[in-house]
Amino acid sequence: MQGRIHSLESFGTVDGPGTRFVVFVQGCPMRCAYCHNPDTWAMNGGTLMEPEYVYEQYKRNESFYKNGGITVTGGEPLMQIDFLIDLFTLAKKDNVHTCIDSSGIAYNPDNAPLIAKLDKLMELTDLVMLDIKHIDPAKHKELTMQPNEPILAFAAYLNEKQVDMWIRHVVVPGITDDDKYLFDLGYFIGQFTNLKALDVLPYHTMGENKYEKLGISYKLAGVPPMDKNLIPAKKEVILNGIRKRRSEINSQ
Amino acid sequence: MRPEWNNFVAGKWENEVNVRDFIQKNYHPYDGDDSFLAEATQDTKDLWQMVLELQKKEREAGGVLDMDTKVVSTITSHGPGYLDKSKEKIVGFQTDKPFKRSLQPYGGIRMAEKACSDNGYEVDPEISEFFSTHRKTHNAGCFDAYNAEMRACRSSHIITGLPDAYGRGRIIGDYRRVALYGIDFLIEDKLAQKDSTGRVMTDDVIRLREEISEQIVALKMMKEMAASYGCDISKPATNVKEAIQATYFGYLCAVKEQNGAAMSLGRTSTFLDCYAERDLANGTFTESEIQEFVDHFIMKLRCIKFARTPEYNQIFAGDPVWVTESLAGVGVDGRHLVTKMSFRYLHTLTNLGASPEPNLTVLWSPRLPENFKRYCAKLSILTSSIQYENDELMRPDHSDDYGIACCVSSMVIGKEMQFFGARANLAKCLLYALNGGVDEVTKKQVGPKYRPVEGDVLDYDDVMDKFSDMIEWQADVYVNTLNIIHYMHDKYCYERAEMALHDRDVKRYFATGVAGLSIVADSLSAIKYAKVEVIRDEDGVIVDFKTTGDFPKYGNDDDRVDSIAQAIVTKFMTAIRRHHTYRNGIPTTSILTITSNVTYGKATGNTPDGRKKGQPFAPGANPMHGRDTHGAVASLSSVSKLPFKDAQDGISNTFTIIPGALGKEDQIFAGDIEIDLNK
Repeated sequence: MQGRIHSLESFGTVDGPGTRFVVFVQGCPMRCAYCHNPDTWAMNGGTLMEPEYVYEQYKRNESFYKNGGITVTGGEPLMQIDFLIDLFTLAKKDNVHTCIDSSGIAYNPDNAPLIAKLDKLMELTDLVMLDIKHIDPAKHKELTMQPNEPILAFAAYLNEKQVDMWIRHVVVPGITDDDKYLFDLGYFIGQFTNLKALDVLPYHTMGENKYEKLGISYKLAGVPPMDKNLIPAKKEVILNGIRKRRSEINSQ
Repeated sequence: MRPEWNNFVAGKWENEVNVRDFIQKNYHPYDGDDSFLAEATQDTKDLWQMVLELQKKEREAGGVLDMDTKVVSTITSHGPGYLDKSKEKIVGFQTDKPFKRSLQPYGGIRMAEKACSDNGYEVDPEISEFFSTHRKTHNAGCFDAYNAEMRACRSSHIITGLPDAYGRGRIIGDYRRVALYGIDFLIEDKLAQKDSTGRVMTDDVIRLREEISEQIVALKMMKEMAASYGCDISKPATNVKEAIQATYFGYLCAVKEQNGAAMSLGRTSTFLDCYAERDLANGTFTESEIQEFVDHFIMKLRCIKFARTPEYNQIFAGDPVWVTESLAGVGVDGRHLVTKMSFRYLHTLTNLGASPEPNLTVLWSPRLPENFKRYCAKLSILTSSIQYENDELMRPDHSDDYGIACCVSSMVIGKEMQFFGARANLAKCLLYALNGGVDEVTKKQVGPKYRPVEGDVLDYDDVMDKFSDMIEWQADVYVNTLNIIHYMHDKYCYERAEMALHDRDVKRYFATGVAGLSIVADSLSAIKYAKVEVIRDEDGVIVDFKTTGDFPKYGNDDDRVDSIAQAIVTKFMTAIRRHHTYRNGIPTTSILTITSNVTYGKATGNTPDGRKKGQPFAPGANPMHGRDTHGAVASLSSVSKLPFKDAQDGISNTFTIIPGALGKEDQIFAGDIEIDLNK
C-alpha cells in the first residue's frame, strides 16, 4: 500500500538509536499547540510513495545506518498502518532496526480490524517512541484538541506486546512543567516493563515561523523556549514518579 | 646499532633512509582513552599568553606586526628568535623574532614589494634593484614564456589562482628524517645519490645533479641554523625532545625559504611516539614533560607567517598557511596507526585552545580504535578544529605513510611530491561554450571563436557538445600554463630544503583542479530537465537565463544529476591527461576550493542553474547552498559518487551542522532510564 509521505530525511540523529533514515508521513489528527511540523497535519497533502521506493532510498545509503535504522514519524504514522506493515516487512527481511514515533492517538481497542493490523505491525517493530503530551485528560485535550485515553491505553498495549518503548515528553513553560503532572506521568509509565528510556525535551520555538507561512495562528505565541538547564531537574521529577510506582509494584 | 637508536627494533631503516620501516618496527598502537593526557604546564600557559598578546597586537596593527624589508630569507639568514628563551622547550622562528614576516623575493619581487607596501613597509631599494635586474625570479620567468592566450585566461579568471608570483607550496619534506638520521647521514646519502646519476649529460641528468647539489647546500645550512639555537642536528636525536626539535627544524628551514600557499608538515605524530614510548619506558621524561614539548611544538607551528597582499588574503579568506599534519589511519598490515602521540597532538586544542593551524587532519577509517574515535568526536564538538579524510580511499594508492598537503592532496612522505596547479573555473567554461569563447563579464574573445549556441532555448545535447569542446580547449591552455609555471619554479625558486628530505627519484603529481562543479551539474540538469531560455545583451552575448520548471539538483542522491557531475569530472580529467606534463608529472585533479569559491563567484556571470552573477560558488565538491534538501546523508552520497580515480588530488566537502542536529546532549538524554526494575 502506498504511503502518503511528507518528506524523507537521510540523516536523523534524534529520532531513535544511531543514525537513522527518517520517513515523515503526511497527516495527523492531533493539533498539539507546540507542534513544530504543522505542515504535516493535513491528511490530503504530501506525495504518494510505494513502500519499495521508500525502502530503496534507505538501502542506497545503508552503510550510514549500521548502528541505526528506519524511523517513521510525521504526521501520525499509525494513520497509515498498511503502508507501515509493507515498509517494515521489507526492512525486517534485512534485519533493519525499525522504529515508530507516534502519539498513539489512533489506538482504539474496540476496533478489531485495527487491532489485528496493529498486532501484525508490532511483530515488525523494534521500538515505539511514544509521545505523551500531558498526563491529565482535561489538560491534554486543551493542549492537543484530543483525549489522552487512547494514548495511555496504547502504552499499556505496547507493554502487553513487550515492544520496547521510549517515552518522550516536551516540557513547555507554564503548560507541562508542573511537577505534580510530571510526577503523575512518571507514576503512570513506571508500571510498564517495556519502558527502555525517557526522553525529556525542552520546548523550543523553532516551529513558529512555519505557522506564519501556513497562515495558522500559533497558540503558544509569546511562550518562551524552555531553559534546557532546567530539564535534568524536570526529568528527575518524572523519574521519581517511576521509582515510586516500581517500589509499590515490587513490594506487592 | 648507533647509540642514539638503543632500544629500537632493528631493521633495514638503519642502513637506508626509510622512516616508514622504522615506524612499522617500532610504534605501539594505542587503544586506550584520553585519561593519560597531561595539562598545560605553567611555562606553556605563560608562552601561549605571550602569543595571544602578539596576535592581539598584530590585529590592532591591521594584520601585520613586523616585516623584514632588508634581509632576503634563507635557512641561515636570521639569527635565533625567541618568545622567552628560558621557557621555550622547542625553539625556532622564521626570522629573528616572533611575528616578524620574512622577505621572500625568489617567487616574485613584485609580489614581495606589494606585500610590504600594502602593509605600510617598503622593500630595501637595493634588494628591489637586485631582483629586478640581476637575479631573475620565478614570476619574471613565467611572464617571459606566457603567450597571449595564457595571459588572457589569467585576467578573465577562467583559470585562477595560478602560483606564478609566489611559492607554489604543497611539497612536504620528510622532516622526520632529520630526527631519525641526523644531517650528516642525510648528506652522505645525497652525495651517494649524486654519484649515482647517469653519465650522459642530458638536460634531465644535469638538472638532477644541480638539484642534488642545492639540496646538499640546504642540509649544511640546516645544521648551521640549528647550531645558532644551540642544537646539534648532525647526529640522530637521542630522545623525544630532540626528535621533536629536529623535526621542527627541518620544517622551519622549508618555511624560511618557501612561502607556498600550503606549507604542510606531513605525518609526524606516530613517528615521534616511538621516541616518547622509549623515553617513558626509560624514565627519561614524564607524560607532562612530553606533552609540554608537543604543546610548544604546536605553538611554534601556530606562529608560522608569510608576507601576503590583501588580495591574497581575500582569495584564501584570511591568512592561512595550511600546516597540515596527518594523524592516525590504518597500516597495510591491519594495525591502526593511532598512538598516544596522536592524542597528544589533538590535546593541544585543549591545552592551547581551538585553532585552524596546524590543520590537524585525522585519516579516518572504521577500523580506528573506538576510544580514539570518541576523543576525536569530543574535540570536534568542542573546537571545530579537526579535518577528517578517508584513509580507506587513499591507502590503496599511497600505502600507510602518506600525508596531506594543504587540504586534500595526498602524497607519500619523502617519496612523492606535487606540482600545485590551482584550478580551472568550470562554470565560466560552460558560459564560454554558450558564447563561443567570449567572456560573459568583459565581453572579450578569450577562448577560441567556436560557434555560439543559437536560438532561445538551450538544448542539452547541443550544449554538452559545445561544452566538451570548450573543456578540451581549457585543459590545453591550463596544462601548458602550468608547464611553464613549474619549469620556472624549479629554475628560479627551487625547494632545496624540502627536496633534500626526499628520495632521489620522486614521483611527481601534476595537480590540476576545478571550481564550480555543482553549478555546472545543476546548470546542465536545468537544461536537460527544465526549460532554460537565454537572454542576450545588445552585443548578442548570453548574459542571463530564464529557467522554467523544476530540475534535479546535485546534493540529493539523485542519479539523474549526480551522473552529470560524475561525467564532467571524468571528461575534464580525460582532457587533462591528453597533454604533455612537465617532468612527466602524473596528472591529477582536485575538487577543492574551500575558501576561494567566493572570489571565483565574483568573476563569473549568471549561470543557467539560477545562480546570479557574482554569487559565490559552493566550496569544493559541495552542493550549492540550500539546494540539498534531503539531509546530510543524501548530500554526502552525491559527493561520494564523484570518481576518485579521476579526482585523485582530492575531493573536499565542507560540512556544517548545528551540534543539536548531531544528537542529544549527554546531560539531557543518556538513552536509558537508569532504574533497576527489581529495586
